[in-house]
Amino acid sequence: MARITASVYTSHVPAIGAALDLGKTQEPYWQKVFAGYEASKAWMEANRPDVIVLVYNDHATAFSLEVIPTFAIGTAAEFQPADEGWGPRPVPRVVGHPELASHIAQSVIQDDFDLTIVNRMDVDHGLTVPLSLMCGQPQAWPCPVIPFAVNVVQYPVPSGRRCFALGQAIRRAVESYDEPLKVQVWGTGGMSHQLQGPRAGLINREWDNRFLDRLIAEPAALAQVPHIDYVREAGSEGIELVMWLIARGAMADVAGGAPPKLVHRFYHVPASNTAVGHLILENP
Amino acid sequence: MALAKPYTDIPGTTIFDADQSRKGYWLNQFCMSLMKAENRARFKAGERAYLDEWPMTEEQKQAVLARDLNWCIRTGGNIYFLAKIGATDGRSFQQMAGSMTGMSEEEYREMMVAGGRSVEGNRRIGEDGDAQAHRQPQGAAGRAARGA
Repeated sequence: MARITASVYTSHVPAIGAALDLGKTQEPYWQKVFAGYEASKAWMEANRPDVIVLVYNDHATAFSLEVIPTFAIGTAAEFQPADEGWGPRPVPRVVGHPELASHIAQSVIQDDFDLTIVNRMDVDHGLTVPLSLMCGQPQAWPCPVIPFAVNVVQYPVPSGRRCFALGQAIRRAVESYDEPLKVQVWGTGGMSHQLQGPRAGLINREWDNRFLDRLIAEPAALAQVPHIDYVREAGSEGIELVMWLIARGAMADVAGGAPPKLVHRFYHVPASNTAVGHLILENP
Repeated sequence: MALAKPYTDIPGTTIFDADQSRKGYWLNQFCMSLMKAENRARFKAGERAYLDEWPMTEEQKQAVLARDLNWCIRTGGNIYFLAKIGATDGRSFQQMAGSMTGMSEEEYREMMVAGGRSVEGNRRIGEDGDAQAHRQPQGAAGRAARGA
């Protein structure tokens, strides 16, 4: 049977992708960001999964205001990096895993989560920047990726509680898949940032670090935090952090297993407008 | 029953909810069209003519022509959509975000490098933080305007 081996959490700031693509990683400003991912890249090499379920949000790229799915799973064989207005990032196409994605969709929908099934979509920086941070600049990504998009752009966005429960449903789905695949679930976005209005540039280091502490140690309690707290304390775009609860909900301890092992923790301000947070948790 | 909006007491912040989305539908859909290279070229060749192809309000068109992102947001724009205008102009997210504060690009960048804007005084309208209405615009421009 398939199993979830680890979860990864990271910000997905577009400027990080631009810094990589434009060869700026050695500039002092960016060095401090990329240094936090050196250990992660080595860990990825040593712990290569068969599939990544990558939870992210689309930033008005594949989904305009015409259709706004709360939760969308990509079931296609491949996904192209999107042209977000600057031209597509020069990164490999994303190869999907249609069989596992369809299985997750079936299991999770019958487990009462109403996913939207997407057979055609381009993927934006929300998905490709985490891959770049964890895998560097390879000719091809190391394994198939199942894009899992969450609406955090137009309110209402799903609650932390709903995201945490969804992660648990994804774990049940993965564990009922026949093939013996090693699956990682990644939760991306955040941490504190605000991109709009006179309050743009808000960062809350204390709140972010408390979020990291609680995500590791008491995710069920953290999942009860209402939206308004994210917006007030971590900025209007800090709401992206609810997506981390999907990955955390998929870990074994939530279903009564042993606590995860903290492999890596990193926090840095700033990358452009944003606080960068990053965790790797392994199932025992 | 009206939409519950517990988020209207946060200074300098507009939550993109269903009401804003309805108001800004065509403004945001115009922005979306700029994801195609040929549309970016057509927009650059004649901004007003390109905008006139969209059923946007005159105010929305003026806000876009002025590149006033706070104004765009007031008329229903969302930053992720508006970012397509910035991309067309060759501006980064940091330049766009900074432009909404009144600070110069350098001032905003320095604020971020120094750890970003503090949440203290900026949680609720009526406090005294730098994002509050009575402290706009920020930076040297604001100090000059207030004669300080």
